[in-house]
Amino acid sequence: MGIMKTLFKRKGGGRLAKLHSGAFALDRSGKIVVSTLPQSFPESEMRAIGERVLAFFDGAQRAQVPLQEVNVYYPSLKVTARNLRGGALIFLLPQTLPKN
Amino acid sequence: MSSTVAPARSKILLVDDDQDYLEVYWEILKRLPSGPEVHTASTGARALALLESETFNLLIVDLNMPKMDGLQVIAIARRKYPQLKIVVWTCIADEQFRARAYGMGVDQYWQKPGSEQDRQHLVDSVESLLQREVQGGFRGVQSKSLVDLIQLECLSQNSTTLKIANGALNGRIWIQSGELIDAEAEDLRGEAAFRAILGWKAGSFELQPGDEMRPRAIFSSYQALLLEVAQAMDEAGGAENSEVLHMSDESASPLMVLSRFNGVQFILSVGPRPQCEMKSWGLETPDHISEWTQESLKSFSAMGDHLQAGPLQQVTGMSLTSHVALAESVKGDLCVGFRSTLRSDEVRETMRNILAKWAS
Repeated sequence: MGIMKTLFKRKGGGRLAKLHSGAFALDRSGKIVVSTLPQSFPESEMRAIGERVLAFFDGAQRAQVPLQEVNVYYPSLKVTARNLRGGALIFLLPQTLPKN
Repeated sequence: MSSTVAPARSKILLVDDDQDYLEVYWEILKRLPSGPEVHTASTGARALALLESETFNLLIVDLNMPKMDGLQVIAIARRKYPQLKIVVWTCIADEQFRARAYGMGVDQYWQKPGSEQDRQHLVDSVESLLQREVQGGFRGVQSKSLVDLIQLECLSQNSTTLKIANGALNGRIWIQSGELIDAEAEDLRGEAAFRAILGWKAGSFELQPGDEMRPRAIFSSYQALLLEVAQAMDEAGGAENSEVLHMSDESASPLMVLSRFNGVQFILSVGPRPQCEMKSWGLETPDHISEWTQESLKSFSAMGDHLQAGPLQQVTGMSLTSHVALAESVKGDLCVGFRSTLRSDEVRETMRNILAKWAS
């Protein structure tokens, strides 16, 4: 029954990463101050997200549209960030397909 | 003496890091009635190299692979080969990955078969996808209402998935043996999504194979739902609706038309490269906002690619004095300013409608 096993077997492993739900705060220099994300979520990723968010708020200030909050929408993720006087509090909210 | 040209065989690329799986399904797929050519690749990088060198009709890809996972392959393939049909086959049952895959534009998402019956459904679905590519018939351009399309499919007792696009808005309607079973549009599902899709004024559609595994979320008959939608549209037609625009002045610029949406204070559009033509309404100094808009959209778009979260839909910024929404479109980047009295969800919804109008 080798072929049946092959047809219906499951496998594990691989590098596919799940989008995590949680929040982290960073100061105006981009340093992570606190985080509720799991340890498996690399700090470098948090900093990368944080840099983009801080750049967005800074750019809005220079464009004379100062903002307190930003929401970034993707099909499977929503990123919400609050401007904390130069720093930011960032929430990662994975989205799944809507249920009834 | 007549000459005939044999129809070209479809080409399938099957990608999985499990060699056993590749060998077995290569055998199964090449025996499909349509007799496709089946190629295999055990890594994402190899798959992309093959896609670059030959033209394929269908990509079947596993998600969980080392080094380059399936979502990365899909993100690149979808961007480079928009006509390529993409099917995900995976062991992963997590709904998050299903959402991400559909968000990236895959045509079907299947869990790897757990039984002979599942395997047969999956294989039938692949054959159906290929048949729709190969079948001839007449193609033309004609405007049809969604109501007509749905009635046609249901009356014919078809099993089909209607994929509908309206600018930035996307939706699907599932029909199984002539019955409406589910619908999906942005954050909505079931009857709510069906009503939302039927409210779209224009768009394009694509008929895809039905999905037998799709759980039923709509239990009303299609006749009852269509009647309900038609009645609601009749009632709404006479009422003042700030989201429905009327082109009473045919000389109004496109931006001026968009300015009539509820709460809009300014609009900026930056055309696609290389010209990057800038147009604005309600702004005295649009240059700074233009630069910030382009940089922000580029940055968040790259972030979405990196996180494999799908294409960027929109960015909304809120403050006590005014709100903004930014989005990319085929016509370039759009930045819209809103009154601060609007809620965040109102800004998002209004921007969606603006994008749909902008794209039409």
